[in-house]
Amino acid sequence: MGRLVARRALHAVPVLLVVTFGVFAVAAASPFDPVKAYAGTAALGADQETLDRLRENLGVDRPFTARWWDWLTGAVTGDLGHSAVMRQPVAEVIGERLVWSTLLCAVAFTAAVLLGTLLGVLAARRPGSPTDRTVTSLAYTLEAAPVFWIALLAIWLFALKLDVLPAGGLTDTASEQVTAQQVLRHVLLPAGVLAVSQLPWFTLYVRQGVGDALAEDPVRGARARGLAERTVLLGHALRSGLLPVLTLIGSRVPELITGALLVETVFSWPGIAAATVTAATAVDFPLLAALTTLATAAVLAGNLLADLLYGLTDPRVKLSEM
Amino acid sequence: MADTTAGAVWRPHGTARRSTHTLRLRVSAALMGVTVLAVLLVPPLAQLDQQAVDLAAKLQPPTWAHPFGTDDVGRDLLLRCVYGLRVSLLVGVVAALTATVIGTAVGATAGALGGRTDRAVMRLVDAVASVPHLLLGVFIVAMFRPGVWPVVISVALTHWLSTARIVRAEILSLRSRPCIDAAVSGGASRWRVAVRHLLPGVLPQAGLAAVLMVPHAMWHESALSFLGLGLPTHTASLGTLIQTARGSLLAGDWWPTLFPGLFLVVPTLAVAGLAGVWRERINPRRRSELML
Repeated sequence: MGRLVARRALHAVPVLLVVTFGVFAVAAASPFDPVKAYAGTAALGADQETLDRLRENLGVDRPFTARWWDWLTGAVTGDLGHSAVMRQPVAEVIGERLVWSTLLCAVAFTAAVLLGTLLGVLAARRPGSPTDRTVTSLAYTLEAAPVFWIALLAIWLFALKLDVLPAGGLTDTASEQVTAQQVLRHVLLPAGVLAVSQLPWFTLYVRQGVGDALAEDPVRGARARGLAERTVLLGHALRSGLLPVLTLIGSRVPELITGALLVETVFSWPGIAAATVTAATAVDFPLLAALTTLATAAVLAGNLLADLLYGLTDPRVKLSEM
Repeated sequence: MADTTAGAVWRPHGTARRSTHTLRLRVSAALMGVTVLAVLLVPPLAQLDQQAVDLAAKLQPPTWAHPFGTDDVGRDLLLRCVYGLRVSLLVGVVAALTATVIGTAVGATAGALGGRTDRAVMRLVDAVASVPHLLLGVFIVAMFRPGVWPVVISVALTHWLSTARIVRAEILSLRSRPCIDAAVSGGASRWRVAVRHLLPGVLPQAGLAAVLMVPHAMWHESALSFLGLGLPTHTASLGTLIQTARGSLLAGDWWPTLFPGLFLVVPTLAVAGLAGVWRERINPRRRSELML
């Protein structure tokens, strides 16, 4: 297991190098000018000499490959540059916000996995039954619905009409401190929406996996031995049906990040995904580059997790051989 | 969307499965038809101005005169949605086509050349694939803003990866066929084999991937527009409509948000339904595959 982790980490290095290089190349190819962005409206009246001096001071007169290398060596030591829009070092922005994004995603993901398994098993138990059709249709509809749209409708229903949950933010506007109780109340709606956006995928896969497993010989054997339906369903079908789903859990990180990007923006959740949108709107390159790299690293870690889960849960697979 | 167990061998005549499948096909086809007709016919036929502002009739709930209600400056929402869908669909189709061309070219090159090129290209595809789609899209749009083309390019550059993988796999399986050996021993050049014998074989797959990509590309464009990074507001897409409706929503008016979203859901479901029916036709053993 340790060897697998080490080898995957080694594989991740070239991927991260390629991605960061690509990010710098795209920025160099774009019409975006860091000097003009830095100087703002002052750049309009400035003469060429001032602009050139500023360009030199900022270090953007050199080729992008050199800047990429500088950024990379800085990043290894924890210096990711300075975010103009947040007015603080990029590393600090990430440190402050990462915990809230993790909280949101963890709550949402857990809810989606649990609820998805439950609905999937219910649907797979009697294929073609009204329950199955309801669950499947609902899943396809939710999959087709954009998450930001669901989020807005959820705000309308829960915050405006029913007035049971706050519409956004981490705490009430009047509160000075971040208390656990407040955060818990505020996390419910965004996490619920994020969970709903991840739910269809789990439900459909669990339904497929359990449905396939129910048609296989071990289940037929279990039924022939006269085992209770409950044991057959949970002990036999779910156990083997969940295997492919478990391994795919890690590969859902990109969708989770995409969902978080939209949900955090709608709910003004002070997480890292919302910061990405702020950085993009203000074209804050250092922050954008760092967050893109971070997201890529998260995806790679998710893939590793998927492989580990596969090896740990499926006795037929040996981690040492992967 | 009914399915029977894969193990059910015997089925009584005229069971529910058959009827719902026709139903699903019909419903999907009808929704698709209505969408296409609305997008193609409404703008030239209805000589109405979607930008017509009527402040006296602002934020009216759905009535017979305005079936979807009006927005915060009194524009008819049904008309706005149809025009928005037109923009979203156009961006989606152009982006999907571009992505398919890129993906087919990359996948075919990797598959046809093989060896070191193949490995290098596919490693690159893996690397790009490990950046979340929307995040990469946001980054590209942020650097190249504003305008329609940055959005199209951003969507195209994030969606070609799956097509490249599909095309490469297909080319690899085609390459081992006798007809290709025959062409090679007949003296055809590498280029000729690739263009005349391999590419036509993968085009159906690439075409299907392109069709399935359109809803996803529309979703992507809407998400970008919703974040305020997409199309400029004078060419309002469905995402822009939802974005501008946020103010009204917080005041309690739900219709400017609800209807543009429905215009995104319906075509997506129609495409997914048609694709599902088609897949069941060609491969009935593997039913209820995920298709979104």
